[in-house]
Amino acid sequence: MQTLSRPQDQAPGGALGIRRAVQADLAAVIDLDRRITGIGKPDYWEDVFERYGERRLDERFFLVAESALPGAARFLGFAVGEVRTWEFGSEPSGWLFAISVEPEIRLRGVGARLFQAMSDRFRLAGIHTMRTMVARDNALHMAFFRGEGMMAGPYLQLEMDLT
Amino acid sequence: MHVSSRLAIYALLELAEEPDRQISVSEIGEKYGVSAHHLAKVMHTLGRAGLVRSIRGVGGGYVFCGNPRRTTLLDVITLFESTAPGADDNDNAATETEAGRALAQVMHEIDDIARATFGAITLSTMLKQMHRRRAPRGETATTSPS
Repeated sequence: MQTLSRPQDQAPGGALGIRRAVQADLAAVIDLDRRITGIGKPDYWEDVFERYGERRLDERFFLVAESALPGAARFLGFAVGEVRTWEFGSEPSGWLFAISVEPEIRLRGVGARLFQAMSDRFRLAGIHTMRTMVARDNALHMAFFRGEGMMAGPYLQLEMDLT
Repeated sequence: MHVSSRLAIYALLELAEEPDRQISVSEIGEKYGVSAHHLAKVMHTLGRAGLVRSIRGVGGGYVFCGNPRRTTLLDVITLFESTAPGADDNDNAATETEAGRALAQVMHEIDDIARATFGAITLSTMLKQMHRRRAPRGETATTSPS
C-alpha cells in the first residue's frame, strides 16, 4: 500500500488547517467529545490515538482541524478513519468512524473539510469506497453525510438483545 | 410514496434550483407529465406550508421561499401523507394474530428506515445529487445550490 506523506490542507487565505493529531491535541478531543456526547472517555481516546495516531499511518488517519491563525491556532474539530480489509467480506474500504466539530462553528464548512481531507487520504491509499455508520435517530450526522454525497451502502447493520 | 408527495418534491426541486425565477404550474406539469389541475392542488398545499409563494399577474407562477438546507424530503412528504408507524395498518384483525404482529414488526422496521432516510435528505442535498449526475464523467460538479 502506498506510503503517504503528511499533507497540510490549507483553506484559501489560510483560515483553516487540517493535520494529523498529535498527543497535545488529545485534551481538546476528549473535551469536545465529552461536551457533545455527555460522556467523558479519556481512556478510549488515548487508545484511539495510540492506534490511529501513531501506528500504520499509511492507512490510519486521526485528523484535527484548526484555525490557522499565526500563533493562535484554535482547535475546531477532528475526524478519525482507517482502511479496513475483508471485514464482513468487504474489499478494502475506508471507514470514517468519528467526526466532530465545535458546536458554535458548525455550518461553516469545517466538517466538510475534515470529510474531504479524510476521503483524499483514502484515495491516496488506493481506496475506492468510503463508509461510515450512523444511528438512525442522529439527524445531524445523517443529514451531514447525505449532504456530502454518501448514500446507503450494500450492508445492513443487524443486532439482537443479549439480556 | 403518494403521487402528490412525489409531485411536490419535483416542483420544489424545480423552484429551489432557480430561486430567482418564477415558474408556472403548466410549465412544471408539462415537464413531469401531470395535469395542471392536480399540480395546482399540490402547490396550494406547499404554499400553505410556507415553501412556495405564488406570483400573480402576467408571467406569474411560483417561487421558492423555503430554506433548501432545512427542508427535508420527510417535511414535504408529511404534508401529503401520514408517516407515523403503522399508518398503513388497515388489517386490524390480522394484527391480533402472531403472524400479523410479526409482519407488523417487519413493516415498522422498514418504515423506520424509510423515515430516517427521508428525514436526512434535504432539498439542498437532492440538488447536489442532481448536479453530480450532470457532471461529465471524471469531473466533479462544482455548482453549489443555495
